[in-house]
Amino acid sequence: MDQQFDASKMGMWIFLVTEVLLFSGMFVAYTVYRVWHPETFDLLSGALDWRLGGFNTLVLLGSSFTVAMSIHSIQKSDKKATVMYLVITLICAAAFMVVKYIEYTTKFEHGVFPGAHFAPHGEHYAPFDVPYAPQFFSIYFVMTGIHGVHVLVGMGVIAWIAIRTAKGHFDSQYYTPIELTGLYWHLVDIIWIFLFPLLYLI
Amino acid sequence: MSETVAVPASIDTSVPKNYLNHDKSIKSWLLTLDHKRIALLYLVTISIVFLVAGVLALLVRAELFTAGETLMKPDTYNQFFSLHGILMVFLFIVPSVPAIMGNFVMPMQLGAIDVAFPRLNLASYYIYLIGGVLVVTAILAGNIDTGWTFYTPYSARLGSSVIFMTLAVFIAGFSSILTGLNFIVTIHKMRAPGLTWNRLPLFVWSIYATSIVQVLATPVIGITMLLLLLEKTLQIGIFDPALGGDPILFQHFFWFYSHPAVYIMILPAFGIISDLMGVFSRHEVQGYKFVALSSVAIAFLGFLVWGHHMFVSGQSAISSIVFSLITYLIGIPTGVKVLNWVGTMYRGSVSFKTPMLYALSFLFLFTIGGLTGVALGVLGLDIHLHDTYFVVAHFHYVMMGGTVIAAIGGLHYWWPKITGKMYNETMGSIAAVLIFIGFNVTFFTQFVLGTKGMPRRYYDYQIQYEALHQISTVGSWILASGLFLVLFTFIHSLMKGKKAGSNPWGAATLEWTHTASPPSPHNFDEQPIVTHGPYDYHALARVSGDGAAQTSEPELSESRH
Repeated sequence: MDQQFDASKMGMWIFLVTEVLLFSGMFVAYTVYRVWHPETFDLLSGALDWRLGGFNTLVLLGSSFTVAMSIHSIQKSDKKATVMYLVITLICAAAFMVVKYIEYTTKFEHGVFPGAHFAPHGEHYAPFDVPYAPQFFSIYFVMTGIHGVHVLVGMGVIAWIAIRTAKGHFDSQYYTPIELTGLYWHLVDIIWIFLFPLLYLI
Repeated sequence: MSETVAVPASIDTSVPKNYLNHDKSIKSWLLTLDHKRIALLYLVTISIVFLVAGVLALLVRAELFTAGETLMKPDTYNQFFSLHGILMVFLFIVPSVPAIMGNFVMPMQLGAIDVAFPRLNLASYYIYLIGGVLVVTAILAGNIDTGWTFYTPYSARLGSSVIFMTLAVFIAGFSSILTGLNFIVTIHKMRAPGLTWNRLPLFVWSIYATSIVQVLATPVIGITMLLLLLEKTLQIGIFDPALGGDPILFQHFFWFYSHPAVYIMILPAFGIISDLMGVFSRHEVQGYKFVALSSVAIAFLGFLVWGHHMFVSGQSAISSIVFSLITYLIGIPTGVKVLNWVGTMYRGSVSFKTPMLYALSFLFLFTIGGLTGVALGVLGLDIHLHDTYFVVAHFHYVMMGGTVIAAIGGLHYWWPKITGKMYNETMGSIAAVLIFIGFNVTFFTQFVLGTKGMPRRYYDYQIQYEALHQISTVGSWILASGLFLVLFTFIHSLMKGKKAGSNPWGAATLEWTHTASPPSPHNFDEQPIVTHGPYDYHALARVSGDGAAQTSEPELSESRH
């Protein structure tokens, strides 16, 4: 059993490494275009609402805490607390996605699309129609979009794990899936912690 | 992922059952969690891909037989060489050795009953299959003529078929990542008692190094293909200069994967050759630790040289110089391997069985391929030879002369274990010689063509190149006849082959010493305990009493240990 737990955990860590490398391609693209067009990127970070981004950062940080607490609880075989923490995590993730939805739709309404379809209008967005602005928004949508997909996948997994915990599948002897989900969720959180300042603040 | 161990189905103990016949239903094959059966699923699928892509190559060579139009229109030719490259690279050679022989042999060499995550292993196969289906879809959607490199902006402006093709590469990449992940964990966690890292067969070491590259490099091609897909569908303008993007960035991304990927392709071949050298020289592989760790060194250095594909793409001179110097460094660990293999033969007693003939072919061809690779790493020379047949010849000497030849040699070597049957040694040797001759006639000519300035991928050429092109095409027919003879040898063996003993080669690794041929569904009757190194034939002789026999005929009696 110990060997299985070790093997699964190692497998998960390796998987997380591949996730980091998946995102690394996008971070490289970001760096290249930022170095080439610093003034554009500087200006355009103002187009994003740092308050919404900041709220989402807090929400995700909170969810990382609750998912850690769920592992702590199952180690003491406290299934009720585990389910509760997992559900709070799920609510945080949902809140994150709702804010993301609001951000995306507001931009779409004002013609802020990635790449070739970029045609901003409206009081807030019109000043951002500068050269290489489409690149910035392409990178913004691609990075946050793929991160969002990871959040959605995480929500599915957390929901499934919560149901299995409620059904009594896990206890302090066997809780590998919860631990692995927690590892994955922390990664989703960490990637956002890099995305937020790079896109919204600087 | 919690089910780490496949529970073998209950076995009727009265008749000796093996993994092939313990359950014959189609469902038991398609949903099998047995690493050996999954390996066979891969073997069949990958062989079909090899056949299709090989026929495409023959057609391309046939078209080049005369200058001007010979068989097909330029558009068809462009599509054929692109499909040949895409199929061979992404669906054949990347998965070939790890997915087939890695899957079949590696867990047994570890003394394990399966890989760490059998379900994930089966999932990897089906993900690979989905990738294959998408490739077929892309072919039906038509006009893929990007070459295997998908360079932007051309690829981003081409029709919808590119969407399917990039998606296919993306998905096949996942299969590769999951296999690599599975193997790393297996090698770390599932070794038999006594099987220390210093006693691992060199094939396992090379699969380990390969898996690390698979896990670290493949995600980057994943995101590259995804960005290309978005470029194509949403015009995000990351790679297309018309939208402010940078096509060179695509090349950096592409080669950051695709250079390490050539080590995904060649490292497992090194492993096979090391095992063959040991067994057929009946001598401990010289410099074991150096051979093992040079795989890891190559895997590491392989990440730092992608820029040598871009000497003429407009990267800075400083980058080119640095990439060129690091490229030379790779010659060191590779040379370490070649010298140790030669040393093993020198000290040992060589028997020229078919697998060993392939190993010797490999040594010869790979050395040429490797040295021309170093030559291409020289900046000034590369400017002259870039995008000529010299590069094509170099690549084929390493990939076909290296990996494919090693893979065929490995398949002969493990064939008795996989099927329980011996193949016909005479037919096997004739095929090996035909392949060696055909290969050299085909590709050595291309070195000459390249130095004379024949550009790669061209449909038409000046008349002074015609004679060399014709020699090359005739070579491709000899090569093909050798490969078909291999296929015939294996089919003949399945139908009429003599029964193989558990250890016909007198090898000292666990898959030969501790399992039957073919193995039982759960590999070992009892947990093997390892007390000696993988090439310690003296220890083997002490244990079994017959290991020292330099058999001219394969040992046919079933020996019990």
